[in-house]
Amino acid sequence: MEIFNNPLIYFVIVPLLTLLGLALCSNKGIGAVRAVAVAGATVLVGLAGWLVYLFLQARGAGDTSEMLLRSDVVWYAPLNIKLALGVDGVSVVMIVLSAFIVFAGVFASWKMNPLPKQFFLWFYLLSTGVFGFFISIDLFTMFMFYEVALIPMYLLIGVWGSGNKNYSAMKLTLMLMGGSAFLMLGIIGIYFHSSTDGQLTMNILEIAHNDAIPHDWQLWLFPLTFIGFGVLGAMFPFHTWSPDGHASAPTAVSMLHAGVLMKLGGYGCFRIAIYLMPFAANELGWIFLTLTGISIVYGAFSACVQTDLKYINAYSSVSHCGMVLFAILMFNTTAMTGAVLQMLSHGLMTALFFALIGMIYGRTHTRDIRDMGGMMQIMPYLGVGYVIAGLASLGLPGLSGFVAEMTIFVGSYEHADVFHRVLTIAATCSIVITAVYILRVVGKLLFGAVQNEHHRELTDATWEERLSTATLIVCVAIIGCFPNFFVNIISDSFLPIVKALGAAI
Amino acid sequence: MPLSYTIAVIAIPLLMFLFLGLVGVKMEKKLTGILGCIGMLVTTVLAYGVALTYFFGTGEGQVSAEGVRQAVTVFNPDWLSFSKTLVVRMGIMLDPIAAMMLIVITTVSMMVHLYSLGYMCDHHGHAEKGFQRYYAFLALFTFSMLGLVVATNLFQIFIFFEMVGVSSYLLIGFYYESPAAIHASKKAFIVTRLADLFFLVGILILSYYTQTFDFFGSDVNGIAGLLDNPQSSVAKAGATTFMGCSAMAWALTFIFIGGAGKSAMYPLHIWLPDAMEGPTPVSALIHAATMVVAGVYLVARLFPLYVIVQGAMDIICVVGAFTAFYAAAIACVQSDIKRALAFSTISQIAFMMTSLAVSSADGKLIEIHGGYGLGYMASMFHLFTHAMFKALLFLCAGAIIHAVHSNENDKMHGLHKYMPITSFAFLIGCLAIAGIPPFAGFWSKDEILVAAYEKGLGWGIWMSMVAGMTAFYMFRIYFLIFHWKKHEVHTEHEPSDQPWTMTLPLIILATISIVAGFVPAANLVTWDGAPLHTQLNWTVAGSSVLIACVGIGLAYKMYYKENTLPQRMADSCRGLWTAAYRRFYMDELYQFITHKVIFQGICKPIAKFDRAVIDGFFNMLAEVTNTVSFGIRKLQSGSIQGYVYVYFIGALLLAAVTAMFVIF
Repeated sequence: MEIFNNPLIYFVIVPLLTLLGLALCSNKGIGAVRAVAVAGATVLVGLAGWLVYLFLQARGAGDTSEMLLRSDVVWYAPLNIKLALGVDGVSVVMIVLSAFIVFAGVFASWKMNPLPKQFFLWFYLLSTGVFGFFISIDLFTMFMFYEVALIPMYLLIGVWGSGNKNYSAMKLTLMLMGGSAFLMLGIIGIYFHSSTDGQLTMNILEIAHNDAIPHDWQLWLFPLTFIGFGVLGAMFPFHTWSPDGHASAPTAVSMLHAGVLMKLGGYGCFRIAIYLMPFAANELGWIFLTLTGISIVYGAFSACVQTDLKYINAYSSVSHCGMVLFAILMFNTTAMTGAVLQMLSHGLMTALFFALIGMIYGRTHTRDIRDMGGMMQIMPYLGVGYVIAGLASLGLPGLSGFVAEMTIFVGSYEHADVFHRVLTIAATCSIVITAVYILRVVGKLLFGAVQNEHHRELTDATWEERLSTATLIVCVAIIGCFPNFFVNIISDSFLPIVKALGAAI
Repeated sequence: MPLSYTIAVIAIPLLMFLFLGLVGVKMEKKLTGILGCIGMLVTTVLAYGVALTYFFGTGEGQVSAEGVRQAVTVFNPDWLSFSKTLVVRMGIMLDPIAAMMLIVITTVSMMVHLYSLGYMCDHHGHAEKGFQRYYAFLALFTFSMLGLVVATNLFQIFIFFEMVGVSSYLLIGFYYESPAAIHASKKAFIVTRLADLFFLVGILILSYYTQTFDFFGSDVNGIAGLLDNPQSSVAKAGATTFMGCSAMAWALTFIFIGGAGKSAMYPLHIWLPDAMEGPTPVSALIHAATMVVAGVYLVARLFPLYVIVQGAMDIICVVGAFTAFYAAAIACVQSDIKRALAFSTISQIAFMMTSLAVSSADGKLIEIHGGYGLGYMASMFHLFTHAMFKALLFLCAGAIIHAVHSNENDKMHGLHKYMPITSFAFLIGCLAIAGIPPFAGFWSKDEILVAAYEKGLGWGIWMSMVAGMTAFYMFRIYFLIFHWKKHEVHTEHEPSDQPWTMTLPLIILATISIVAGFVPAANLVTWDGAPLHTQLNWTVAGSSVLIACVGIGLAYKMYYKENTLPQRMADSCRGLWTAAYRRFYMDELYQFITHKVIFQGICKPIAKFDRAVIDGFFNMLAEVTNTVSFGIRKLQSGSIQGYVYVYFIGALLLAAVTAMFVIF
């Protein structure tokens, strides 16, 4: 099969092989399960590194085509549905992000109990969906992988979750499925208007090239697809699954969900909604821009009063992911590059946050900051990790958050009209509110006197926890210190989109 | 020494931070302190070498044919590209003020590194908990501050503004088990962050119009820097106005607000007195000598732009002059010596700010003695001298606090007998800040006053009055600590001068405070690099010395020997005294806004709204679906009669409808 010559397909094959390997493991004993899971994650990280190398090499050699590593396999000829693979700079960095988060997630769920084997099975199925989504450029394939990524969530939260897990699992799944219902309508609509010469297609590049979707249809299909992905991107007012879902989800699932799955939303928004329907994006963008502007400030203010660590980070995610969609809707290369940086940054630091929260919760059995205090004295490693995550989140230079936010603000400021100015300045205010809620948590949770004397007996991080968090911290610092490496990979990918938007005014 | 050694000046503290932060924790405590000191010593030597080479060297590109000292860019790689033209670079640029700041920062930092070896130990000489962390953070701070002053572009300054902010946060909160320290560190960070928000918006406006962050154009893209031709930079904003002011005036005002946050100008000053919760050497380094002048430095850096945009300059002038007075008034009644010194710092920084702003009128520099920009030079000179004597005063305060274990001056009194060296050093610091010749403060403050009188008589008189208050409150502190009455020993051992690690820095800084006034700043640190010809203005100098002496005399009368005069004076205007003691209730006001308005009035309702309305709506959808499906499931009853019944009715209805269509 020719397709196996394409390195991209291995991002689906490796998780599937890991799945198979896990299925063969015995139900008793966790050793083999861990070995297989770690092996799979390590291979994925290696593959991701190799992909970056291939990408840079191709770009360095002057290959300026929009998507690299293209291949097509016909799935269902009558409807012209293909397994179309291809990546640009954005997909490459998203794949790298996913690989690292899967890697850190495996180590964060080292002591998963009960049913470790089944947990990792679902975990890897979810990963398959995520990777599949990022490597494909065919609407049908993307949608399929999108669903593959969503469904395991229900079981992962419902079975391994904590607290009010049945409610949360149901709520999260129903809301996201509601989103995908919109999305499916949108995709079918796009498909039936994808071409004027009768050869309908699902391939994104071809649809964009044909530019055949009538304007009045775009005005219907754009909101459908944007909301469909926006639900996953925690856009106000469709974000309420996020606090409950994260609060109940087990650590690794929160990591993967906030770290990668929410990025599917932002990615889909520009790759499908905006790229394929630039006319409607120009016409209706302001509605969603307002909503995302609200998300940013609203999420940040809500985070200020929460007392559950996971709720704080869930609302903080609403704010940060709002920033992603906000930047995408600015329709210029700088802001959109910033959006991808923000996806990377938010993915890594939120995964780090959830990992640390999981580790703290595993020891104290509470996530309420009012019951904790002085953790820095008891578990210095986790404490320092939390402070670094917090500083990344509030945008300290040298860590990833700063780079992403600044790129977004500079890009947003390119619009000189009052509407964009007001929203941009409102969004900028979030840097202060973020500082407020981050420092509030850090002050209450880590500093001060020990609240509960029993906590004094708790231990600091174990080696696998250190490995998991250190991986993420290093990634956060690398993006923060050498942003141009990523900017160079990402920014050219937006040229076709910005061009399409400019042509559609 | 080649100017490229500046890279090492910046890099060594960074490496020191990484090393002490990652490896130091496992090491012997004292060893990390000694390593930190050695690293800092190397940095200091290199920085002096570089600065002296810059000031006195005649190397390629350093001095133009007209004798004007040029800005030299040593190193300037791209760091983050926003667009083709808008690129953030991380570079090193030396110009007179940057070179001067290198000396200021490394000197004070070196002294503080050394001093902390003694200060951060208990009375048995055992290093405190977190000693390694302390030295790591000191190195981080030094790195950030050095990076700030050598910045080649505005965005780099912003980045390092944030970095010094976070180092300050970490060091104020060094004693993280104390609630007061946590609160103070949080407050410092959030207030300065709020100011940085304005700074950021200012940068965004400025860069939107000028398409550059760089101060001086680089060869790479050929776009002129902000300061290459200030007139054309300002003109780029064109006629855009917002609420009656030009876009450029807004941008520069916002940038000033950023600086005002770091430099603790009214009303963003509230974090600085609380920041005194940090260890005293930290207060000396960050909250007296270096970080707090970052705002002044920022305005000085963009001085050529501010001169043209007179509106922004006027705001600076008013804010500075008011803050100088306001803080001095509060400093007169504080009982905690560190807080009194903190208000004194605020007042002195306001002096520098005002001095910058009085250099110009109507968009042009004021001419004095045939030269321009005296206020600028005086401001930078005062920054330099103030850093030395204020660091000295803080380090003395640290020695005293270490000896008596309290910040309150009623626990001190009469310490002169026990701590003669400290007392003497403190006296020198007081004389310097009061502006008594020949101490350092006299020379710099005199020039500030000259510049102020030249701007207008009112400005001059106002600043002279504040200078008089300075002399009064400093000597009030001095007399209350070292004299007033016999010392009552509160602790198990008598207070005494501290070990050499703490005393040596006092002696060095005291010496600098005596001689620093003779540094030929007018030749070296001018706004355009050309030497400025100044001469002592005897009228201003004489009157300011006289005013200072009156202030000192008054303090002597009131506080040298125990008496009831201060008490009676406080009683005679109780309301005013209390208001000043409570810092004119600014903290209460902020407390009200943050807690009552923002937290209770905005955050809580939003969080409630989210749960009740938005989430409630989606839950309602689920509820409705549930209820409806429970309702309609009765249709699926399984009873054949029921189905036939419905079928029959349906068929009849269908027939009726069809019949109606056929008939009409």
